Amino acid sequence: MTTSPIEKPNSFKALPDSDGHFGIYGGRYVAETLMPLILSVEKAYDEAQADPAFQAELDDYLKHYVGRPSPLYHARRLSEHLGGAKIYFKRDELNHTGAHKINNTMGQILLARRMGKERIIAETGAGQHGVATATVCALFGMKCVVYMGETDIARQAPNVFRMKLLGAEVIPVTSGSGTLKDAMNEALRDWVSNVDDTYYIIGTAAGPHPYPAMVRNFQKIIGEEVRQQMMEAEGRLPDSLIACIGGGSNAIGLFYDFLDDEDVAIYAVEAAGKGIETGEHAASLSAGAPGVLHGNRTYLLQDDDGQITEAHSISAGLDYPGIGPEHSWLHDSGRVNYVPITDDEALEAFQLCTQLEGIIPALEPSHALAHVGKLAPTLPEDHLLVMNMCGRGDKDVFTVAEALGVTL
Amino acid sequence: MSRKQGRLKARFEQLAAEGRAGLVTFLTAGDPDREMSSAIIEGLPEAGADIIELGMPFTDPMADGPAIQASSIRALNAGQDMKATLAMVKSFREKDDDTPIVLMGYYNPIYIYGVDRFSEDAANAGVDGLIIVDIPPEEDAELREPANKAGIDLVRLTTPTSDEQRLPALMEGASGFIYYVSIAGVTGTKSAASSNVADAITRIQKFSDLPIAVGFGIKTPEQAAEIAKVADAAVVGSAIVQVIADNVANSDGIKDSPDLLKSVLKFVSELAQGVRTARS
Repeated sequence: MTTSPIEKPNSFKALPDSDGHFGIYGGRYVAETLMPLILSVEKAYDEAQADPAFQAELDDYLKHYVGRPSPLYHARRLSEHLGGAKIYFKRDELNHTGAHKINNTMGQILLARRMGKERIIAETGAGQHGVATATVCALFGMKCVVYMGETDIARQAPNVFRMKLLGAEVIPVTSGSGTLKDAMNEALRDWVSNVDDTYYIIGTAAGPHPYPAMVRNFQKIIGEEVRQQMMEAEGRLPDSLIACIGGGSNAIGLFYDFLDDEDVAIYAVEAAGKGIETGEHAASLSAGAPGVLHGNRTYLLQDDDGQITEAHSISAGLDYPGIGPEHSWLHDSGRVNYVPITDDEALEAFQLCTQLEGIIPALEPSHALAHVGKLAPTLPEDHLLVMNMCGRGDKDVFTVAEALGVTL
Repeated sequence: MSRKQGRLKARFEQLAAEGRAGLVTFLTAGDPDREMSSAIIEGLPEAGADIIELGMPFTDPMADGPAIQASSIRALNAGQDMKATLAMVKSFREKDDDTPIVLMGYYNPIYIYGVDRFSEDAANAGVDGLIIVDIPPEEDAELREPANKAGIDLVRLTTPTSDEQRLPALMEGASGFIYYVSIAGVTGTKSAASSNVADAITRIQKFSDLPIAVGFGIKTPEQAAEIAKVADAAVVGSAIVQVIADNVANSDGIKDSPDLLKSVLKFVSELAQGVRTARS
């Protein structure tokens, strides 16, 4: 299916519309049972946004519990090694729980508390969102149920144990390929069955309205901090931004504040798995088509009959056949460049960063790092490039060992 | 092929004249394979099904419980796709031009087929209505308009969470009948108390004159009879699909039971018996 390019809008920050549409993408494609609930989440979120006390409480937790602002770090040895652009890492892996995910779970749990909900459910792929959700549930003494595909449970054992220590119930999902997509199906089935007391903390900027916009708004602090920190460090805006993309929450979090700064080039890196040409990948923009799944219209990996196909990535957090609807729109509008990186390229970047910078990146941002490796050498030395280091790699050491043929 | 207008309307009028509720039976098209699925569908009217609901299989049936999830996978593994589903309807219509057929499923396969082409092809095949689980009224105009134009009803769903504030919006643009999802949950799990169902029907009737079919959680002839006392039709899905599951080949190398067709139709007859005697 081809999509005609859309006309350049006055602002790239004006969407979604009141019904949650980003152009033809987004919307609210859920079962009728959930509609009143989705509408009540939207209403509660609108009220919270208008309440300075809500933002003040969130800011307080982000500062003293999460550890924001996260540093903007000049990666000197990597810059020298690659030769070319001056590379900065936005260190969101230094947040409490080791990833950007907690920016969102902290916001949503405060909303769930405002709504008087007692039980929290979540889906997780790599386990970072599950851990971030279990953490805030422990903090506020709320019941937490996390759905996780059994394939992901096997490859992310440390995070599974972490969630259990935090008091969450981790429910293995065996349907489909046992990954993030199937975990999301099961979480939606739980929600439709427990509408009265349950709040669903979706982990990425996808799902039915208002989630894509709400998750983006809880994550956009990443880009807002970068703007300020880069002004302090260099006295000007960055020239390029790079982030990895599964559902797309860390990417939209970094990008959003810069969407209307025309001179800032923006790159989002999709997981190309074993290579786009092999069919075993998770690159929904590079190789998918618009469709409807999990509450929104967006680019999906699917066949000619509209059946969803399995995604593949070495990174559990990117192993999803869809993408947030705002990214679909930004793709069609041409504002953001979406590029693929394979498992092997990400593994190589993972090792390079670890050896040169003493930072073990998660496999997800290792995809972004691999693209930095391609791009930086082509750019001049005064080019300021910011990559979102959205998660730390402790959780991935077993996967990496296996991929490198090392027995631990 | 000629298409008779208003099979759904005619069927509900006939049921009202007979003073009884109807039985709506759900099966996934192509489960366990196309040939057997066609044979079952062709046997349904004689077994007592008043309306046939045919599932369009989908890889990610988010509103369905384990039984219908498994049926979807069986059908897809046997090669079922939208074209095959429409062809099954067309072939059924060559023998039966009265029993209404309603396709049920998720939006993506229709969206990918193309809403205009789908509406035309479905109408030509003899489809009377659509129940699309993941397209609420806020989003359904893009499908409802071409479907209605082709003479197909888009059946609206109401649920225990549809309060009196929301019901008017649900009824605007509704046609065919109203499907009341009697529990907050997925298919084939818990069952509603019939007193709650009766209250819900009274609430819906304040806003709509359309017939009301009740589904989700109706598993036995007795439960179907209870619902048939208060609703215009009772929908049974997972329990029928489970009879197929119990009779298909499994991984132990046991072949499809020779009694599969007979078992399914026998169960449907029992359900029909329950529905037909409910008000006597």
